[in-house]
Amino acid sequence: MSEDVLHRLWRRLVEHLDGPLLLITGALMLVGLTTVYSATYDASNRLIAQSLNMTVGLAAMWIAAQIPPQKLMRFGVPLYVIGVILLILVFVFGVKVNGARRWLSIGFTRVQPSELLKIAVPLMLAWYFHKHEAVLKFRHFVGAGVLLLVPFVLIAKQPDLGTAILVGAAGFYVIFFAGLPWQVIAGLGVAAASAAPFAWTMLRDYQRKRILTLIDPTSDPLGAGYHIIQSTIAMGSGGTFGKGWLEGTQTHLEFIPERHTDFIFAVFSEERGLLGNAFLVLLYLLLIARGLVIAANASTLFARVMAGSITLSFFTYAFVNMGMVSGILPVVGVPLPFMSYGGTALVTLSIGIGILMSIRTHRMLVRK
Amino acid sequence: MALAQASLNAPDRELERFRFRVALAGVAVVAAFALLLARFFHLQVVQHEYYTTRAEDNRISLVPIVPSRGVIVDRRGTVLARNYSAYTLEITPSKVDDLEATIEGLGRVIDVQPKDRKRFRKLLEESKTFESLPIRTRLSEEEVARFAANRYLFPGVEVKARLFRHYPLGPVASHAIGYISRINKRDLEMIDDNGQTANYKGSEHIGKTGIEQSYEFDLHGEAGYEQVEIDAGGRAIRSLARTPPVQGNNLTLTLDVKLQEIAEKVFGDRRGALVAIEPSTGGILALVSTPTFDPNLFVDGIRSDDWDALNNSPDKPMLNRALNGAYPPGSTFKPFMALAALETGKRTPGQAISDPGYFNFGGHQFRDDKKGGHGSVDMHKSIVHSCDTYYYTLANDMGIDSIARFMATLGFGQETGIDLEGESEGVLPSPEWKKRRFKRPEQQKWFAGETISIGIGQGYNAYTPIQLALATAVVANNGIMFRPHLVKYITDSRTGEKTMIEPEPLRVLPWKQSHVETIKRAMVGVNTHGTGTRAFAGAGYVAAGKTGTAQVFSLKGGDYKASRVKKELRDHALYIAFAPADKPQIALAVLVENGGFGAQSAAPIARMVFDYYLLGKLPKGVAEEDEAEED
Repeated sequence: MSEDVLHRLWRRLVEHLDGPLLLITGALMLVGLTTVYSATYDASNRLIAQSLNMTVGLAAMWIAAQIPPQKLMRFGVPLYVIGVILLILVFVFGVKVNGARRWLSIGFTRVQPSELLKIAVPLMLAWYFHKHEAVLKFRHFVGAGVLLLVPFVLIAKQPDLGTAILVGAAGFYVIFFAGLPWQVIAGLGVAAASAAPFAWTMLRDYQRKRILTLIDPTSDPLGAGYHIIQSTIAMGSGGTFGKGWLEGTQTHLEFIPERHTDFIFAVFSEERGLLGNAFLVLLYLLLIARGLVIAANASTLFARVMAGSITLSFFTYAFVNMGMVSGILPVVGVPLPFMSYGGTALVTLSIGIGILMSIRTHRMLVRK
Repeated sequence: MALAQASLNAPDRELERFRFRVALAGVAVVAAFALLLARFFHLQVVQHEYYTTRAEDNRISLVPIVPSRGVIVDRRGTVLARNYSAYTLEITPSKVDDLEATIEGLGRVIDVQPKDRKRFRKLLEESKTFESLPIRTRLSEEEVARFAANRYLFPGVEVKARLFRHYPLGPVASHAIGYISRINKRDLEMIDDNGQTANYKGSEHIGKTGIEQSYEFDLHGEAGYEQVEIDAGGRAIRSLARTPPVQGNNLTLTLDVKLQEIAEKVFGDRRGALVAIEPSTGGILALVSTPTFDPNLFVDGIRSDDWDALNNSPDKPMLNRALNGAYPPGSTFKPFMALAALETGKRTPGQAISDPGYFNFGGHQFRDDKKGGHGSVDMHKSIVHSCDTYYYTLANDMGIDSIARFMATLGFGQETGIDLEGESEGVLPSPEWKKRRFKRPEQQKWFAGETISIGIGQGYNAYTPIQLALATAVVANNGIMFRPHLVKYITDSRTGEKTMIEPEPLRVLPWKQSHVETIKRAMVGVNTHGTGTRAFAGAGYVAAGKTGTAQVFSLKGGDYKASRVKKELRDHALYIAFAPADKPQIALAVLVENGGFGAQSAAPIARMVFDYYLLGKLPKGVAEEDEAEED
């Protein structure tokens, strides 16, 4: 009888999990832990802290997976409204850290509301399209554009270009999957290209510097160029097979800045080489492939566009981060999913995976 | 159920379209990742050799070299702020196992006072542990040698040669020059906001107040860097190449520090402020706020007992009264009121009133200084003898809106735009101001009776001494207002090129020349046969001025007797003046807190400042002291 209870408990536990997703995420987390260990063991070890973060992340994933998409949809509007209000509060009362107003002080601690928007924006837009599914007109795409632009601008103004790009991308993917006409996409592309010189003037000095240093990192070797110079040296010297775990000289002589957070890929790459990189890219590719399969087989518009958006968001994180570290994209604050140290991003990403699992496992129920 | 149906009924075409987009996204992802892998291949296989060499070369670390800060001199070249090099003993807390034991041990080798420990602990709280922090500054050669011999005992402790800021004149002009101190978190944010983070790597000090603060980025210079070879442990072995830092730009002030020194001396231990301006340029000749403080105390991190003494003193030496003290102008307001009357056409110079010694309004009696009144009073007499009744009636005739509008053009109640940070606005009273200032509706209403005392510079009037000096300078300069500034020119340390801070005319007030002349004549009268006569007896030049006494404490009924009132409740003494009257070279405002009558305590200060500036004459006390020093 106790075996029966255990069996039922186990079933309850795994019922809404997706094997392939769990496997890939787990593999990424393990790789991430070993890399965080290497990046931090000679200063202040973050292994235990990161393990705790991952435990919290997995719990959040499990909880997210239990919530059926129909229920999840209801969170769209309130989360979005709360998120935007918090962003406005940040704009007015926010705490400045390192020159950017991103944090809101709530007495004992500080919160970063823009993180919430990474989930709230796609949720809101997916709900919005789902609601208008039967009568989807062009004006609904315009409306969705406005809903996306408000938080995007507020976050970009903080300034936090990295998060703005992530939120903007997540929202755009929803609009894209909801069927944004190709003519509009082409038009946006042309508009973006022609607005580039104008956008240049809108950027902050330090952001401009980061783009300029991409072209010539040596122009500012103590400032913005330093990150790129050091991370490309780390990668390049790693070669095909890497210098071996804990053996990276760039890492351990402390040449790589932010080596356990945004630049952790440089550490991984130096120690594991091109083969390691290929393996990591493969893991991300598998994750994205699984996500797209889930999206393609989802049963409602909401579930489809939500799954599509989350999946492509993982791609955005990985691509922007690895592109930045390898010196083909400017330096923006985007972590590498499940690799970079830090609890907030880990929980957000885990919730994303949880939602994908929920969409996958609640599909049958809806079909019945 | 409804959802299920919707999805079942959804046209297959729709789903096909979606799946097409998903497939497309998949292709794009693969392409993007292929691009990344190509980049990795390029870096890690094609350029592997190159980067391996770079990594090996990367035993080379870039060490920032802090530039030497610009020097500040006054208009005659007297040095006000300079740098000198000295040895400091520094500890890097993150490299030390037992901080207490290390400090204890150091104390056996060289002298470490309890105050040094206290300061070190304070710095420790404010900084990151990997920064190296001074435990002792200004080591003697002998102490350096003694530590060097025992160095092996103290890992994580080093002797460093550093540049220190020094203010040779100590407390003189400290409110204008300001001081530098260690960079804190707020400063770091400011540096980051200005995109200067790289330039401040290695910098430890930043201007906190005064010129040192407002011209920080001119004074700082550009950091250089040294390529240093490091061993596997990260320690520097030898220097390979050096990009020298660029020294900060030097500043030459409009300030005449001798004048400043004399002004500060004649204040003695009285609290107050004096601002002297060159009317034709806006250049500040003296910016006094007493008591002052010694800026040298702040440079290495101020000791806590010094800080407490400065902070807790009832005289508030850290307060820059010239810019941040707001005081009612008292009767020094009258010349401006008279000018307003002429310009708005409310009075002509010859128009006289009969002064019975009081003005009745709304059942309240506003009294004049002089019992029984001044008799028949025209505009000239009203200024020369400072007749209150004339201005009670004038204020009543003009109305508050008209007064506020005119006074705003003179810069009252606004920042003057001086090149220092944190200037106060003061209060230019008006019904709009009252509405903003008070919350409760019954307090927000402006009463006509409140206008009456505005006319004699009392009531809600509150202006900073620099506003008063500026308004005086504008009258002296016939309505042309120049932005007050302390820096005359900036000398580029590389090219030697001088960037002048050009006199910047803020506004040109379209006053009728005859109106201005009337006021100036009356202000000259003040010093020849009016309230300022005694202070200016026998002056070798013609000075125009106006005395003022501002009430701190309102005595309901009863006469004001200075001796009967506690010192902090005594009236403030004020004086505004410019000289020579026909071709003004200097305009000033003097304020002595709780000094009593302006004619008695403020006007003599102005006289001594003018005597020195125009005639080169030193006041008695100061001259004697100077001779004593020479002995």
